[in-house]
Amino acid sequence: MASSKSEEDVDDKGENDEGKHPEGNLLNFEPEVPVESMLVPTDNFDSFEQEAPPDPATLQDDDNLVECQKIARNTSDENTEDPDKNGTSRSMSELSLVSVESSEPQQVDDEVSNNSEWRSQEKHIFILSSAGKPIYSRHGSEDKLVTLFGVMQALVSFIGDDGDTVRSIHAQGTLFVFLIKGPIILACVCKTRESVSQITVQLNYVYSQIVSVLTLEQLTRIYEQRRNYDLRRLLAGAERLVDHLLIALETQPALLLGAVQCLPLASTTRDTITSTIVSCCNKIKNLVFAILVGGNQLVTLIRMKKFFLHPADLHLILNLVNSSESFKAAESWTPICLPKFNSRGFLHAHVSYLAEDCQACLLLLTVDPDLFFPLSEAKQKIVEKLRRASLLQSINAALAHPGTPVSQLGVPEARHFLYKCKATAQFWGPVPAPPYQSSEGAKRLLDQYRVLHHRLHAPSQPLKLLYLQDHAETMLGWITTGFELYVAFEPLVTKANAISAVNKILRWIKKDENGLFITNAPTF
Amino acid sequence: MRTIEGKIVVLGSQGVGKTSMVVRYIGKMFSHHISPTIGASFFTCKINIDDTRVKLQVWDTAGQERFRSMAPMYYRNANAALLVFDITQYHTFTAIKNWVKELQRNVEEPMVLALVGNKTDLVNQRKVLREEAHQYAVSIGGTYFETSALHDEGIEEVFLNSAIGMIKLSEDSQCTSLRIYDSSEAGSPTAILQPPPPLSAAVQLDKGPSPGEQERVLGCC
Ligand SMILES: Nc1nc2c(ncn2[C@@H]2O[C@H](COP(=O)(O)OP(=O)(O)O)[C@@H](O)[C@H]2O)c(=O)[nH]1
Ligand SMILES: [Mg+2]
Repeated sequence: MASSKSEEDVDDKGENDEGKHPEGNLLNFEPEVPVESMLVPTDNFDSFEQEAPPDPATLQDDDNLVECQKIARNTSDENTEDPDKNGTSRSMSELSLVSVESSEPQQVDDEVSNNSEWRSQEKHIFILSSAGKPIYSRHGSEDKLVTLFGVMQALVSFIGDDGDTVRSIHAQGTLFVFLIKGPIILACVCKTRESVSQITVQLNYVYSQIVSVLTLEQLTRIYEQRRNYDLRRLLAGAERLVDHLLIALETQPALLLGAVQCLPLASTTRDTITSTIVSCCNKIKNLVFAILVGGNQLVTLIRMKKFFLHPADLHLILNLVNSSESFKAAESWTPICLPKFNSRGFLHAHVSYLAEDCQACLLLLTVDPDLFFPLSEAKQKIVEKLRRASLLQSINAALAHPGTPVSQLGVPEARHFLYKCKATAQFWGPVPAPPYQSSEGAKRLLDQYRVLHHRLHAPSQPLKLLYLQDHAETMLGWITTGFELYVAFEPLVTKANAISAVNKILRWIKKDENGLFITNAPTF
Repeated sequence: MRTIEGKIVVLGSQGVGKTSMVVRYIGKMFSHHISPTIGASFFTCKINIDDTRVKLQVWDTAGQERFRSMAPMYYRNANAALLVFDITQYHTFTAIKNWVKELQRNVEEPMVLALVGNKTDLVNQRKVLREEAHQYAVSIGGTYFETSALHDEGIEEVFLNSAIGMIKLSEDSQCTSLRIYDSSEAGSPTAILQPPPPLSAAVQLDKGPSPGEQERVLGCC
């Protein structure tokens, strides 16, 4: 330990002079924090969860790392006994609810009793109205789950009668999480390793997806007028947006991190794309955002001065694009509500793919319902200019690029990592290589990141640094004011090698940051 | 050559095959995996009839209840409407009557109305009788068509009828929402994209790519 520590010290002296970070042992390779970001900077559970106060303890050396690991182990032990220490669940209601749960209901739904496939699902998501009307079920058909929806509604209203709110129920390896949002109840029943706060974030995402389709205005009004309304009528065709969002939540780190990934491009290329869009749009009044996305990654984002886009809203936009084949067939003019931007009203989006031979999708968002034709013209001009400057080719090349595997970074100890730049709400990670290439491998990796993420962000005891070793891999998580880093190592890596690898990763990111991240904040 | 530019709105319940019809006509294909339209999609196409070129701006609307309040945005200033229902779902035919009432209330200029019963390939599940639909079409001053987007039956006729209807409208000085000009003056770059030989002596269908894609054909890479 000692030798490796001094090695690091010598190695990193030069670049570490500023000493901004208490973690003196690790390098200070944060990307330059832009003065203004195009996305609202986020912390992971921002605005969904209370921000926990920063841990005053600082970590100086390896001993602290060990210390920290112990703390983490303790926390995790406590977690298993009392999975939610942050006061979100009430012990009394837990008790009474668990007993409700264990008494067999008299009448049982078809799916629940007869369908073993349904019962074996690891994770269920249900949405219902506060009157108990089914709205959505991730698995099976809502119509066959009427009794179950009734039971959920009864639970929520039973506890609600005392002016309390049920948040979670913990029973024999199954976790029940509830989120009550005005006239809507969202529930998750799962056997996964996710925490209550992580699931609450997911339920919040699902809720914002519904708001995005309807606006809060419409949602509230409809239930004020008819408490018994069947919301599926209004959501017709939008179930697949919720399905798709839930799949993204299960398979992609972006929503966990509250950050987006950018399409890697040389910064000069990206800047030219951006200025091309600006030059074709800057005479158009009331254009709020221009967003170019490709392969679930952000190419560029231009905003009206004064306005910012929240990453949660951008995730809803990506979800819409990714789940709507119909956008490929023609230009679309579609209403979309961005809940963080304005939950009360719709923006109008001109949505189109750049060209048949360039599958990046351009969204031009405005408050003006009459702007379709000016935007359509602007889009044509943008494509012409991009084509003339061979920028469609550049975008295509970046889209076709298979991604950088971690092996190209010269960090053999690391199997995978996620780096999030907090100030810009962007992240980057290498393309998964074995053992994470298979879908089970990828799932396990994401589970590991989730555990790490949860422990680091545990509202009761947030940590800055965490090192977890188990039989499959060693995980290291590190949070500073500027970035979050989550690394998966092979299980037998030494701490010294892990730290040296982290430094190499940070150095590599620093070197390439202009291509990996959008560091400016262009406006019209 | 005289050019007429008109707007055509496609209305009807979700799932009756509106998008399939438009894609069949303009894209010459049928996809079983069309995802529901969100809001509305915009297409353009051109039809040459004798010495007149008709440019159609086609608004394919979504049909779901939640987009209902957006509909005026799409049918405002429209010169023609395709009112599409599914012959195997009677309620989709009933829904047309509400659309017609709404158009009659809100659109002042004359409009070419085409009532379209789609999915004739499923004729053994037919719920809407041809005669009933035909009579209703006549009662609203429109024409009744039956189509199958799947088998590509009857679709050309629907669009052709709308185009011819628009030419007739253009001869009526009352109609101010149609744009009429001589294309030799307003020579648009799209003229370069004239398709090869006409389909027939009288009628030439010219379904250009949608705007934004026109340059693609001319460009390099
Ligand atoms: N059998 C049959 N199915 C069709 C026909 N046209 C469309 N469909 C199917 O009907 C469904 C809805 O089609 P779509 O074009 O999305 O309807 P829209 O909501 O009115 O735009 C799709 O599954 C299509 O494949 C048709 O002519 N025959
Ligand atoms: Mg459609």
